[in-house]
Amino acid sequence: MALSNDEVKRYSRHLIMPEVGVEGQEKLKKGSVLCIGAGGLGSPAALYLAAAGVGTIGIVDFDVVDFSNLQRQVIHGTPDVGRSKLASAKDRLLALNPLINIETYETALSSKNALELFKPYDIILDGTDNFPTRYLVNDACVILGKPNTYGSIFRFEGQASVFATKGGPCYRCLYPEPPPPGLVPSCAEGGVLGVLPGVIGTIQATEAVKLIMGIGEPLIGRFLIYDALRMKFRELKLKKDPDCPVCGTNPTVRELIDYEQFCGVAPSAPEVAVTGANHSETEMTVTELKKKIDAKDDFFLLDVREPNEYQIGKIPGSTLIPLGEVPQRLSEIPRDKDIIVHCKMGGRSAKAASFLRQQGYTKVKNLTGGILDWSDKIDPSVPKY
Amino acid sequence: MANKILIPTPLRPFTGKQDAVEVDGATIGELLSNLTTKYEGLKPHLYNEQGKLRSFVNVYLNDEDIRYLEKEKTAVKPGDTISIIPSVAGGR
Repeated sequence: MALSNDEVKRYSRHLIMPEVGVEGQEKLKKGSVLCIGAGGLGSPAALYLAAAGVGTIGIVDFDVVDFSNLQRQVIHGTPDVGRSKLASAKDRLLALNPLINIETYETALSSKNALELFKPYDIILDGTDNFPTRYLVNDACVILGKPNTYGSIFRFEGQASVFATKGGPCYRCLYPEPPPPGLVPSCAEGGVLGVLPGVIGTIQATEAVKLIMGIGEPLIGRFLIYDALRMKFRELKLKKDPDCPVCGTNPTVRELIDYEQFCGVAPSAPEVAVTGANHSETEMTVTELKKKIDAKDDFFLLDVREPNEYQIGKIPGSTLIPLGEVPQRLSEIPRDKDIIVHCKMGGRSAKAASFLRQQGYTKVKNLTGGILDWSDKIDPSVPKY
Repeated sequence: MANKILIPTPLRPFTGKQDAVEVDGATIGELLSNLTTKYEGLKPHLYNEQGKLRSFVNVYLNDEDIRYLEKEKTAVKPGDTISIIPSVAGGR
């Protein structure tokens, strides 16, 4: 795959380095990377891969650009809000480098389509935001023998590694099992420093480019932890687990499984929550809460978000006790009243509600959809964040 | 003998927002047990109902995973740093 004159001009800063040279650049041109997600990590990763001249970049996503994405998802711009992330990303990447191919897949990655989607690519770049997809990407990479340049972010901390290379460890060697749903907050609940995915996503892109060219020391068997607040990088050793169910000596997982089930996520739950139909004794909708407030019912509305979230907006009459402080502040929560617990979207409050039930509280309900649903359906003056 | 345990962001709400705490103990098991006695809210995040370390929480002695040392029986020397590394999935 010889380079054209246009390509020589464009990639000259690569070509003059002996480690890359014409040979390395031609490898990049022949190379292909599939980015799972065009979000926080996928944005910077895809931009740099495109700029570097990776010949084919695939992107899997099914989301639409939202204002709240723009703080970190630098592939999208303000005029793209409301557009599909794929269309927006493709335009941006081709504007940056029209000499490469961009393939887009508007679909949710699943056990049914993962192997087929991954097959044509050299490297998979995992920039997803949930555990089921993380395990799915890992297992598919191990089964197909494709390296997974992995990155993950939370608030001010990032993690990166390269999994599923020949002889190297995989994600399951590091974490054999996922946490139960709700125990680890998502970025939407926990927040994320906008620059953080820029650092981690470009580390993923760096590793992808190195692997394609076969240069340097890849991040295999090493787990890189980055703390943006302290500006510290730490490296932990990562070993291939001989008993790993996927990449060990006697693997028990030889084909893709149901990852929602593996991670204990009930896929139908959000739909029930949205319609408000058939919700159990333990849940309450915002409409029901509004009725209770209007009827001046006697109940205790517990907000388990953080003080800075409370400052953004609150539901009238609520008492703030952040989730982490609930165990120490039980005395402030009355045992004789109906308790309704809420947070931003319903995840943390579900945890708080189940904790309170364990502590002997009998009349505890979780507000489905949290304050975001309250803003959508009851009081739009409460800002969404 | 007190050793430093580095607390990851998701668990800091349970240590009064501290990113590192000093705890006594001769082994990893003792350190973690003293840690969760001091900060009770951490317990369900580190141990399951059977009192076993959860498999989505990795503990490192310096840069080594204790699963490949002597697990919770791993001895700790003065100056060793212990890290708790939970799995996080964020990316968008």
